[in-house]
Amino acid sequence: MATATVPTAERENYLNKEYGIKSWLLTTDHKRIALLYLILITFFFFIGGFFALLIRLELLTPAGDLVQADTYNKLFTMHGQVMVFFFLIPAVPAVLGNFLVPMMIGAKDLAFPRINLLSWYLLVIGGVLMMYTILTGGVDTGWTFYTPLSTQFLNTHVVAAALAIFVAGFSSILTGLNFIVTIHRMRAPGMTWSRLPLFVWANYATAIIQVLGTPVLAISLMLVALERIFGLAIFDPQRGGDPLLFQHLFWFYSHPAVYIMILPGMGVVSEIVTCFSRKRIFGYKFMALAVIAIAVLGFLVWAHHMFVAGMSLYAGMMFSLLSYFVAVPSAIKVFNWTSTMYKGSISYNTPMLYAFGFIGLFTMGGLTGLFVAALGIDVHVTDTYFVVAHFHYIMVGGMVIAYLAGIHFWWPKISGRMYPESWGKLAALIIFIGFNLTFFPQFVLGYLGMPRRYWQYSPEFQVLNVLSTAGATILAVGYILPMVYLLWSMRYGKIADENPWNAAGLEWKTASPPPTFNFDETPTVTWEAYNYDELKEAPVER
Amino acid sequence: MAGNVDALFIFLLILCGMMALAIFTLITIFAIRYRRRAGHEAEQIEGSNALEFTWTFIPLGIFLCIFVWGAVIYFKERTPPQGATEVYTVAKQWMWKFQHIEGQREINELHVPVGRDVRMIMTSQDVIHSFYVPAFRIKQDVLPGRYTVTWFHATKPGTYHLFCAEYCGTMHSGMIGEVVVMEPAQYQTWLSGGAVAGSLANTGQGIFQSLGCSTCHRFDTQGRGPNLIGVFGKPVLLEDGRTVIADENYIRESILSPAAKVVSGFKPIMPTFQGIVSEEQLNALVAYIKSLNPPPTGAAGTPNLKPPTGQTPETNR
Repeated sequence: MATATVPTAERENYLNKEYGIKSWLLTTDHKRIALLYLILITFFFFIGGFFALLIRLELLTPAGDLVQADTYNKLFTMHGQVMVFFFLIPAVPAVLGNFLVPMMIGAKDLAFPRINLLSWYLLVIGGVLMMYTILTGGVDTGWTFYTPLSTQFLNTHVVAAALAIFVAGFSSILTGLNFIVTIHRMRAPGMTWSRLPLFVWANYATAIIQVLGTPVLAISLMLVALERIFGLAIFDPQRGGDPLLFQHLFWFYSHPAVYIMILPGMGVVSEIVTCFSRKRIFGYKFMALAVIAIAVLGFLVWAHHMFVAGMSLYAGMMFSLLSYFVAVPSAIKVFNWTSTMYKGSISYNTPMLYAFGFIGLFTMGGLTGLFVAALGIDVHVTDTYFVVAHFHYIMVGGMVIAYLAGIHFWWPKISGRMYPESWGKLAALIIFIGFNLTFFPQFVLGYLGMPRRYWQYSPEFQVLNVLSTAGATILAVGYILPMVYLLWSMRYGKIADENPWNAAGLEWKTASPPPTFNFDETPTVTWEAYNYDELKEAPVER
Repeated sequence: MAGNVDALFIFLLILCGMMALAIFTLITIFAIRYRRRAGHEAEQIEGSNALEFTWTFIPLGIFLCIFVWGAVIYFKERTPPQGATEVYTVAKQWMWKFQHIEGQREINELHVPVGRDVRMIMTSQDVIHSFYVPAFRIKQDVLPGRYTVTWFHATKPGTYHLFCAEYCGTMHSGMIGEVVVMEPAQYQTWLSGGAVAGSLANTGQGIFQSLGCSTCHRFDTQGRGPNLIGVFGKPVLLEDGRTVIADENYIRESILSPAAKVVSGFKPIMPTFQGIVSEEQLNALVAYIKSLNPPPTGAAGTPNLKPPTGQTPETNR
């Protein structure tokens, strides 16, 4: 694949076109904005990760001895808020989606480049508010802000935290809006809907949720703030309000938000599994349909977070039934990825190792979803570590792993350099082991009855907690490694040509790193997605 | 109940274990068998509608079975049997307060006899808590401003964990206690020990008198408020034409927000007792009003369903 004869580093590209801080902070180039997001969310990932490590250290012993009870409550609250709103939700859409969606459809940029920059600034403002909350004493509502605890009983920075998330939510809405318009209006000639890469489908489905769901989160947080500041009684039972109303509003967004946090990851994995199996995706139409089905059905299952909250018996049954429907398209995706490997030509590069990890861990997360959707079992395990383990398998085992897979896969495109392959594989392995050691014991803890958000716990739970903390330590090492070697590779990595994986997809048909407007001339698409039969076999793995 | 939940759990463990194992095995086999090597090329396959439909509808069928099984258990968990022993519970930051019908009161300790259905009638004084006894596989959030209910039937004497499962502030993890399940004889001894002023209903009667409730709620047809004998558990026709069941939540609401659901034929003249009665006193009042029902001896007690005919107040039996 020595098509690029001019050394890429010397060509004009989006990175070397302009220099200076101003050229970055005022850029409207989707690729530069993607990097701005990358820096911002990496910062928050390590903040949230630091909180997680302190949580695990506290739980090393049954007694509450490392930090005060209030401090512990703040740690898990801010771990959740930072990770959900400032890392997971923007992770794949705002970084990889921003960088790739325009290129994958053959466009020069997103439909609204300035709004794209505005989205980033909104996340920065939200982030500054979040940091203000953290540095001036924190907040201890739990990331869920349940009323009336959050409205009447706490004296921490509830309003500041709510405002931070409120503002960050608008960043998410604008990104979603931008993606929807871009995917509808900016596709290159010949790039029909049925030729879109599944990554684009996934980001499209995500964008719909962001646009339709996030305003409801904004409303619920606004109501919490109004109740605190002006003493409204919307959630106050003493004055005729209803605390359960908050839970309905909150989960109406926050359950679909789980799909904001997993659909883009599914998109990443579809790109990687096909590339490293040298195969078309198995069942393209069903894969595209499945992400849309998840996005739509995801809006109808919110109250499965509330089976013991005091809802009516029959409401519980309806929401349980609907939850099983949303499990079906997820299962379809797993079956199709597996079938894609059948009769492929599979190589084990770092992105593919992460993709294996994703399928395995997402399957575990999905199957334990069948447990918690079963009413009788949920009554026992809800609000215990079983649920904590379940959603970490989806969000960390699923989304974070997919995000890392994508970062490695597209790193040559983003940076123009290859990451060191053996370090990459090592880190992937460490993360996989560390993750399972951290979270698998939590399934057992939950079934044994250990409630979540406990600062001190009964001594019989200690062994499993020690295992979990040990796992978290390994996981931390696994996360620091890519941070180090990816930075290293920006200067010292092997220079990448335009298509080091010999992958399908328009983003690989332009230079690495790409020029500011992505393509020298607008491409015309005459092929289906994942046309690996038409591409030459990639060389046998080193 | 624990047995039912565990049975479904084990079934799911086996089922999901097999599903996971099948997928992991396939991935491993494909990854090894179709590894990239010289002379081996990928064979393109578009997909297969037959397969897609298979793995859409077979899982859906399995999922629906799990749903039904889970829902059946849930239905049992949410439907307390008739004749259960009742324990009133008030949760507050960060303790559990229990009031037995017999008059005993406990904090963070709940004594119950083995082999008896126990119905927990729970409310919170402040934020949302959750009553969780892992050994019984039951959990129910406890909300301010209303009663929520759960029940259990302990089968083995012993001491079991009681946890608060809904995050409730600073000492959430300290809001724990014990459920002590005793042999019936021991339980009787426990009940008779300690100085108890009288049953919960007696306490309630005292409050009913001292707050002056009895001036309007007379036990004849002349009161300005409805006669409360035999009201509990029966349908009540309201001034606006609706009918509600006079359950614990209705009585509670009628004391705290009397104007919310006025009984047909009466005027909304009752003052609110919000802030005047504590949660514990409220429980005693509810227990007292329930005790006004005649013992279930056949067809006693007709529903208080009288058409709103002018001044004719409620009649009883």
